[in-house]
Amino acid sequence: MDNAYSYLESVGKEPSNLIKGLQLIQSTEGYVSDDAIRAVAKYFSLPEVEIEGVLSFYAQFKRVKPGKYKIALCDGTACHIKGSPLVHEWVRQELNLSPGETSADGLFSLETVACLGCCSLAPVMSINGRAYAKLTRKGLVKIIKEYQAK
Amino acid sequence: MSTIKTLRVGVASCGIASGAEDVMALLKARANSIPVVGVGCLGYCYAEPMVEAVLEDGSSVIYGNVEATEKSVDNILALGEAGRFEVPPERKKREKIMVLALAGRVDPVDFDDYVAHKGYDGLKRALAMAPEAVVNEVLTSGLRGRGGGGFPTGRKWSFLAAKKAEEKILICNADEGDPGAFMDRSLMESVPHQVLEGMLIAAYATGATKLFIYCRAEYPLAIKHLKIAIQQICDHKLNHLGDRDVEIVIKEGAGAFVCGEETALIASLEGQRGTPRFRPPFPTDSGYKGYPTMINNVETYGNVPLILRDGGAEYAKVGTEGSKGTKLFALAGDLKYPGLVEVPMGITLGEIVFDIGGADRTKVKAVQTGGPSGGCIPVENFDVPVDYDSLKTLGAIMGSGGMIVINNDRCMVETARYFLDFTHRESCGKCTFCRVGMTRMYETLERITKGQGTEEDLDFLADIAPKIKAGALCGLGQTAPNPVLATLRYFRHEYEEHIREHKCRALQCNAMVKLQIDHDKCVKCGLCVRSCPVQAINADFEIDPAKCTRCNSCLDACPKKAIYRVHNGDEK
Repeated sequence: MDNAYSYLESVGKEPSNLIKGLQLIQSTEGYVSDDAIRAVAKYFSLPEVEIEGVLSFYAQFKRVKPGKYKIALCDGTACHIKGSPLVHEWVRQELNLSPGETSADGLFSLETVACLGCCSLAPVMSINGRAYAKLTRKGLVKIIKEYQAK
Repeated sequence: MSTIKTLRVGVASCGIASGAEDVMALLKARANSIPVVGVGCLGYCYAEPMVEAVLEDGSSVIYGNVEATEKSVDNILALGEAGRFEVPPERKKREKIMVLALAGRVDPVDFDDYVAHKGYDGLKRALAMAPEAVVNEVLTSGLRGRGGGGFPTGRKWSFLAAKKAEEKILICNADEGDPGAFMDRSLMESVPHQVLEGMLIAAYATGATKLFIYCRAEYPLAIKHLKIAIQQICDHKLNHLGDRDVEIVIKEGAGAFVCGEETALIASLEGQRGTPRFRPPFPTDSGYKGYPTMINNVETYGNVPLILRDGGAEYAKVGTEGSKGTKLFALAGDLKYPGLVEVPMGITLGEIVFDIGGADRTKVKAVQTGGPSGGCIPVENFDVPVDYDSLKTLGAIMGSGGMIVINNDRCMVETARYFLDFTHRESCGKCTFCRVGMTRMYETLERITKGQGTEEDLDFLADIAPKIKAGALCGLGQTAPNPVLATLRYFRHEYEEHIREHKCRALQCNAMVKLQIDHDKCVKCGLCVRSCPVQAINADFEIDPAKCTRCNSCLDACPKKAIYRVHNGDEK
């Protein structure tokens, strides 16, 4: 198999481990590239189209290389009620990004998620897994500026 | 005065989001010899980060909204008066803490701590009984599935127990996908051993050989704690059930709401696309890789150790005739005290929302239960007892436990649109009614909230909703139209206003609203002008509605509260 993906060996070859294998690739590379699909198909002895089918089914899998800072905007019920649509608009204004996109400088990528599980602190977003609670426009702009300055 | 024996810091996800890790680091640095322990969730999310100082005499002092500053940490170490947290007395009176008794009180990943609090007593007692007797104990308890369906747990167990097969599979459904629900996350993060103990008891009772936990990948802390706890179980050989060793495996979901449905979950466990399939065969006949399989929810398993420890009859003393025990609810939305609460079945909705949640009686108009599969219940019906059957009569469901309080400045049409936006995207696409029907419903609601709705749209919604419910294969499609049906039932006037008068009484739907400055109040400080991201406010402090995106930045920035949302056409 392709040497670049030899770490797949840590996952068993049974097809029931396919999702686990794809998760391993994504956590290592940040996304699942065409090359990775070919390697996974070979490893599990499955057709490539099967892999693509599973990838496109689950929201977690990314086919586009994400930015250095991954912004996840929560749009769960509590966040929605507490104004997450406004937060989306603020991010769009600041970074000119829509969900699923990565900024041209590769610094930020944006996705919306169903729930980060911090509903009582709504509205919430996370950047690279770190959660930011009770967002206001001022607070959000400050956070984004901090990451830009890093 | 007693001295501090231990310091507990709530470091579940909510706490961490509020900065509890910084507080904990600082406490550790300054507490000298006093042990600082990270614990799970106490349920008072609004007061995070929280620190509990346990004193030598056994009593404790809790501090809320602790800042990561030396001053605030030293105040705790000196047992100062400032920042002390009191449980709202009404909440104390109404709550019934059984399942969450150890949450926030034990170190989640300390095996001995759990055992010291009667942990694994239930399992020990079960192992001394015949498997059939364990099933009977659960039947006696009257426990019903906490994932929302409410199927009697003991009966489900008896189906699997009756199967003869070389392998039998037990699954814990931890794919808590309902937006607005975090009961399961909290339980797994705070007392992972309790969930696992429930699973081991179930495995013993049903003869299961392999145990899976299917957990959302979005819950990294829960997964981490479960993994540690599973290793501890194996180290202490607690996975040895009478005549066999069982294996416990965690599988991470990959973000698909439909995988909460049991046949979809099994497909996903097998590494495939998580689409549901037709039943029968039911999973207890043919499930994971064709083996007899049983699925219970996290909270259901969390109840099991108590039933075996105290006996089914004792457990059944709490609750109502048809719904026994307690239920966890994730309270969020427009209320003073959001958080995780545990209440006895049969408590009224009003008691939860007003007494425990501290919501404003003059402002609340409805509560949404059951997330996107449930419905809203208007404030007039808040005397309904919370149990599986009563909520159904109102067109809502118990659901897994998400409870969102909605007040007067939220639009019900927009709320319904939001839920359908979620479900139509999460539809797996297998059934036409769900795939196409939900999309058409969503588009219709989108039109109405943009002020482009017609009278026919309402007839269309009322016509297609029951067809989708009848034509869909799985729980997602069968319940997805519920938020629309419930809002149409109780808040039809809001739909009609949007259509006939182009009016959103909650002033939420942007297409029908503009922002306006009250010049009598305005002091021309210019903060609004500077805060506006699209330069829609001119030098005379007039807002250009064509440029304005209704983002509310100026409204938040105004120190004089002189900026309002008003209906298009209205002059303030």
